[in-house]
Amino acid sequence: MPMVPKRLKPYAMIAPALAVFSLFYLYPIGYMIHLSFHEWNFISPEKTYVGLGNYREMLTDDVFLQVLRNSALYTVMTVLLATGTALPLALWLNRKSGFHAFVQGAIFSPHIISLVSVSLLWSWLMDPEYGLLNGLLHWFGIGPLKWLNDPGTALLSLVIVAVWKNLGYNTIVFIAGLQSIPPELLEAAALDRSKPWTTFRRIILPMLSPTLFFLVIINLIGSFQVFETIAIMTQGGPVHSTNTLVYYIYEYGFRYFKIGHASAAGVILLVIVGTLTLGYFRLLSRRVHYYG
Amino acid sequence: MARIDLIDVVKQFKGETVIPKLNLTIREGSFTVLVGPSGCGKTTTLRMIAGLERQTSGDILIDGACVNDVEPGKRDVAMVFQNYALYPNMTVRENIEFGLKNRGVPRRERERLVRDICEIVDLTPYLDKKPQSLSGGQRQRVALARAMVKHPKVFILDEPLSNLDAKLRVHMRTELIELHRRLGATFVYVTHDQTEAMSMGDRIVVMHRGEIMQAAAPMELYDDPDNLFTARFIGTPPMNVLPMNLLPNLGTEGEGRAEYVGFRPEHARLLPGSADPPSDGLAIAGSIITRESLGAEHVYQLRTTAGTCFVKQFLRPYAGGDFATAVVPHDRLYFFDGEGRRLRNLRAASRPEPAAAGVR
Ligand SMILES: Nc1ncnc2c1ncn2[C@@H]1O[C@H](COP(=O)(O)OP(=O)(O)O)[C@@H](O)[C@H]1O
Ligand SMILES: [Mg+2]
Repeated sequence: MPMVPKRLKPYAMIAPALAVFSLFYLYPIGYMIHLSFHEWNFISPEKTYVGLGNYREMLTDDVFLQVLRNSALYTVMTVLLATGTALPLALWLNRKSGFHAFVQGAIFSPHIISLVSVSLLWSWLMDPEYGLLNGLLHWFGIGPLKWLNDPGTALLSLVIVAVWKNLGYNTIVFIAGLQSIPPELLEAAALDRSKPWTTFRRIILPMLSPTLFFLVIINLIGSFQVFETIAIMTQGGPVHSTNTLVYYIYEYGFRYFKIGHASAAGVILLVIVGTLTLGYFRLLSRRVHYYG
Repeated sequence: MARIDLIDVVKQFKGETVIPKLNLTIREGSFTVLVGPSGCGKTTTLRMIAGLERQTSGDILIDGACVNDVEPGKRDVAMVFQNYALYPNMTVRENIEFGLKNRGVPRRERERLVRDICEIVDLTPYLDKKPQSLSGGQRQRVALARAMVKHPKVFILDEPLSNLDAKLRVHMRTELIELHRRLGATFVYVTHDQTEAMSMGDRIVVMHRGEIMQAAAPMELYDDPDNLFTARFIGTPPMNVLPMNLLPNLGTEGEGRAEYVGFRPEHARLLPGSADPPSDGLAIAGSIITRESLGAEHVYQLRTTAGTCFVKQFLRPYAGGDFATAVVPHDRLYFFDGEGRRLRNLRAASRPEPAAAGVR
């Protein structure tokens, strides 16, 4: 680019990346927002402008409100359990021995299995009649659970699957975080007569805060976008008890062909995930401690 | 104040012996400096005293009590780490207070102690700042304050000045000496810098490959080294060491067979050309290859047939030409055997002239 003025050079340099980003991210987002103000069935050349009609329809729809509740509940439970159990696990596994390395590998393995396989595997494990889980519970004298078939337990069952899948990844990231804590800090604490719990609360946890924030936000965003397990294991049922945002969008878009309605739900999802991400960066800049 | 004894202490890391067998007594109230090249086991020794590392065998005694099974916090030892190891999420005050809180010191008492310590190390304006926003020197002070506030019997400092710039380093040296005088506690100080060791310690322990080469007062170490290693490690420029077989006109009388002879650069005098060697001194002729002037002192590097040596002259620089003779009085010569051990019972004696005829 010999003739590009100096002032424009940076823009010229990022133009290719910007073009790809615009084409595959900005344009679809803009188009989705555009569609959310229309009624369209995917096929007809006609798009009817309805203003905020789709949003009004959605926000007065009991199913959509339940979907929001389900999404929030699923997300909160998954994040709490998946990070809350990973931390003690990481504290335990953070040492050098063959056994600990083996356990690390074992709990990490679900992370590399495709969600489709995971869903099929757990559908079978949770089968009320032939499933391994009920077989195990029977041993302890706990009566057969209906797992995915009961509106009361279906969402929790999906949470269990998600926790099982994410636990290993979270644990490994926590271990990496623990290993980045300078050992002399812990030694200084030992010389300061710090008890294990005090050391954890006053030194380890603050030093781990970047890792913790990272995992919470990654898990939050991932959980809000849960789709595969629901599509394969429950199709949102029974009676909408596991219907969540992305599955709702999918149903409206590709089963009922109400693209405008689906787009409006998509905008809501975008706002939620966007807010979470923004909040993450704000917190990151304020609350996180670096060593140096 | 406390005395520390290390008795037959051995340390191995995964079968690799880092400290073969260490016997050392650190006198109570002393400022003892462990000095030696990097990797010689200084930090390991400190960490064993603090209880952060367990010795493979042997005993460590503090005030006569065996502390082998006493955890670090209960040894009444405070440590200043090389990179300070301040708690980054705590303010200066919280950093200093942390050890007191863990000891259950009441709040009033804590506040008084922190205030007193911060006056001593000039930290009062920074009490509510995080370490991140402090300069290297200030962090150093926080680390010192955190150690001091516990009023420990033993202070352990691992190269505490190595991260500071040269000027601040010299300043902190005097502050630490002052601090030691004021507190009266036992200081165990590690450095790889012999100048730092010489200027700070009242007792210096020279280490090499996990073994103690010599433990003595600074001037004793300088004037009366036990071995070649100590002789060459202490002093700038280091002691000149030449093989005896290249100095045919130097003889010895007394017990033992010297393989090496050494002399301090400042004990030699430079004479122009090939001046007549005095009968009570060693004369080595050679040519000057570098001249370095530091104002009050002047250092010359002389290439001779026996090897290169340094000569230091004070006040008046050497004015002669490049061909010169270094003359060292016989009573300033140090003799060493083939293993580098000092031979204290040897005296220098000039050989009759004919033997030297071939030289030059
Ligand atoms: N945790 C450890 N594991 C294995 N080797 C170590 C460990 N700590 C120190 N060493 C080895 O012990 C020797 C002495 O180390 P150190 O005491 O740190 O030396 P210094 O402080 O004198 O530079 C070095 O060779 C070092 O590699
Ligand atoms: Mg060291």
